[in-house]
Amino acid sequence: MRLQISTSLALYSVLEFAANPERAISAADIAAKYEVSTHHLAKVLRELVRSGILESTRGVGGGYRFAGNARRLTLLDVIELFEDLGDRAGTSRQPGASTDVGSALGVVLAEIDEIAKATFRSITVSTMLRLIERQRNGAAARTSPKKARRG
Amino acid sequence: MARRVVTEAQRAPAGLRIRPVEAADLDQVIAIDSDITGKKKTDYWYELFHRYGAGRSRQRLFLVAESGGEIQGFIIGEVRDWEFGSPPCGWVFGINVRPGARLAGIGTRLLEAICAGFRHAGVDTVRTLIARDNSLVLSFFRSQGMMASAVIPLEKGLG
Repeated sequence: MRLQISTSLALYSVLEFAANPERAISAADIAAKYEVSTHHLAKVLRELVRSGILESTRGVGGGYRFAGNARRLTLLDVIELFEDLGDRAGTSRQPGASTDVGSALGVVLAEIDEIAKATFRSITVSTMLRLIERQRNGAAARTSPKKARRG
Repeated sequence: MARRVVTEAQRAPAGLRIRPVEAADLDQVIAIDSDITGKKKTDYWYELFHRYGAGRSRQRLFLVAESGGEIQGFIIGEVRDWEFGSPPCGWVFGINVRPGARLAGIGTRLLEAICAGFRHAGVDTVRTLIARDNSLVLSFFRSQGMMASAVIPLEKGLG
């Protein structure tokens, strides 16, 4: 499963801002961290502001700040601002889509779409932040014995 | 200043007690279930109580959350051995919290309690099965750290 670049940038950004809700972070900081163009990211952030997930702050130390409810906002809410996961219209226009084989393949692809949507719909920003924390702790636990051995 | 992180379990009512279901709880359990599902399944719940209730087996758990003399929620599960070659693991197949008592960590406490029971029974994995469109319960289990399982459920109509 691949998400469009704008969608991935939106998810990275929302999770960065939600992890630091009191702090205004500039687009340049996020762009530098994820090694993406500030111009592209700024367009994504504007869309997130328009939808009420972020708010922009002006002045010294200005930037963007998380304005959503991390316990309610799901990954699907963010993704659907940028793409339609259930859009099989493109597939149905592909050559062979109206054949028996194409139609059966469409059923399988639709099944995958449904599972992907249910997964994204079930994961809130808050749950995702906990997952990130667990991964970070897991990575730290995996590396610390090596450090101890080296020491 | 560091933010104080309040976990779901810390939000639970102070007097909340998780304990095995008793026969006297069944009417409230049935009422919670029928309020949520829209179906009153009295016989089903009595049958479940007979099989899972009152600590009859270390492998079968039917727990309730009680506060202020009222049942606020319940959870049911069991340890299943070697299903389709899968090593023994705990299965949660029912959980509900009274709608007015939600967002207070009661579901978290129920899940923690049944997981403790599963560990006591000697297993280290817990699974559940949720309808894809049941976002509320799916989100709850996700928030508890549950991820997609190595098991894929399949079905077909028998018509």
